[in-house]
Amino acid sequence: MDIFELTIGQLANQLKAGTVSSVEATKAMLERIEAVEPRVGSFITVTPESALAEAEAADRRIAAGDAHMLTGVPLALKDIFLTEGIRTTCGSRILHNFIPPYSATAWERLRGCGSVLLGKLNQDEFAMGSSNESSAFGVTRNPWDITRIPGGSSGGSAAAIAARQATATLGTDTGGSIRQPSSHCGCVGLKPTYGRVSRYGVIAFASSLDQVGPITRDVTDCAIMLGAIAGHDPKDSTSINTPVPDYTAALTGDVKGLKIGLPKEYYIDGLDRDVQAAMDRAIETYRRLGAEFVEISLPHTDYAVATYYLIATAEASSNLARYDGVRFGHRSPQAAGLIDMMTKSRSEGFGAEVKRRIMLGTYALSSGYYDAYYVKAQKVRTLIMGDFTRAFEAVDAILTPVAPTPAFKIGEMVDDPLQMYLSDIFTIPVNLAGTCAMSVPAGFSASGLPIGLQLIGKPFGEETILRAGHAFEQATEWHTRKAEI
Amino acid sequence: MKITVTDVEYVARLARLELSKAETDLFAGQMDAILGYVEKLNELDTADIRPTSHAVPVENAFREDAVRPSIGVGAALANAPDRVESFYRVPKVIE
Repeated sequence: MDIFELTIGQLANQLKAGTVSSVEATKAMLERIEAVEPRVGSFITVTPESALAEAEAADRRIAAGDAHMLTGVPLALKDIFLTEGIRTTCGSRILHNFIPPYSATAWERLRGCGSVLLGKLNQDEFAMGSSNESSAFGVTRNPWDITRIPGGSSGGSAAAIAARQATATLGTDTGGSIRQPSSHCGCVGLKPTYGRVSRYGVIAFASSLDQVGPITRDVTDCAIMLGAIAGHDPKDSTSINTPVPDYTAALTGDVKGLKIGLPKEYYIDGLDRDVQAAMDRAIETYRRLGAEFVEISLPHTDYAVATYYLIATAEASSNLARYDGVRFGHRSPQAAGLIDMMTKSRSEGFGAEVKRRIMLGTYALSSGYYDAYYVKAQKVRTLIMGDFTRAFEAVDAILTPVAPTPAFKIGEMVDDPLQMYLSDIFTIPVNLAGTCAMSVPAGFSASGLPIGLQLIGKPFGEETILRAGHAFEQATEWHTRKAEI
Repeated sequence: MKITVTDVEYVARLARLELSKAETDLFAGQMDAILGYVEKLNELDTADIRPTSHAVPVENAFREDAVRPSIGVGAALANAPDRVESFYRVPKVIE
């Protein structure tokens, strides 16, 4: 098996046994990136020199007997994570020249484990999008079919895993941006409970919704990555101070007696036939493994997209006010005065999707509309959270599709933002409720496109969904299939 | 409520965005469709519902009021589009 095919667990074993070095693994990955990148377009920045230096340091650490599972493992990060000394663009022209003076906590923790950074991955601009088409650095293509989108906004992170360009990656999830691209690219993607992973050093989109999480080849790797990045961070006031369990210990393979809810609002007419078939097979698999199913109701599901697009855009319009051309980022050279400089810098730096969302958010927060839109959405958010609280009184986890359809064609929804927004209908409620959820490969469409299932857990119930996802993975072979790219 | 070109121009000024005529027309149509869609929230009676701003309780995070290392002026200004000594330089504000 080629080195770039190995999971974290497999590579860690080989590194420990000395049958492969981190330098060899890193070189193999860099060669793989070079070979497939022209077709996939996963990366914005590749960092071969620093990666090889980090790999050499990792080899020394392994030789000294001080290795973590992630020591010497080549990773890549969505370009939303600040990385000291390495350009960080967030997929935007306004940050095309930004070199951060410090790093995100999530990356600092992985670096502390001895991981190797291969580079920064493409994404929708400021994480706004479901298709990776809004990046200022070009479209990323789905390795399973390069005429299709990889999903967004962590599309580069998922495509890099599917194309075997990194052993594991990190993404962020504001309305499904880890789970939906993971589903479309045949990866495992976990959005942890809000507050489980520090957001310090992660460029803010919608601060009450954004959460950091891993995208990996399998559930075991996902548990390893989560264990490395989770935990309290005093630099993030929304980081929760609760102990981090050993997530790999949760992977017992046993789901006997696990109560899984099936929300009737998610299994609706109009759900793609292949997606429905994959869900039916998944339910049958879990039944065979001893899980019990309960029909539940999440009655405010139909209001989630509207709620999300008011709250997320309001928070985005506030967060993105910092891009004014004064302290960093693009500054327009042709401004007449201070306000004109700010206006021109923002207008030249932001793309259409970002402008549209800033406009929506500014409108929702403006005088006369604040209560009618923003506060109303916050109240409906309370109702949506209540739905989940009541559901979890009866079940241990919830099983749903990740997306209503497999990956769509590049350009198919570009001119219809509302339709694009509605494609996130199954993932958005989880962000509003702040709980955790994971996408696991669960089948393929008739045309060979991956389909994922979504396991939703209670707040801080990551162990339960990892256990359920792992059990499913052990009983199926969907996660072992490879994209021919 | 119909979103007009005038509404879009007003909001663009608030957001410090300069839109072309084509962008203004496009956004007027798209914002109208999106804000029309979110009107469905009015189907719900939320009079007695408390708004949720964060899914988890967020409290002020205080740290000890002590001197500690910082990134320094050089690093803080390293990305400045224009600077003079320890300052960001911007176009003249006062005539």
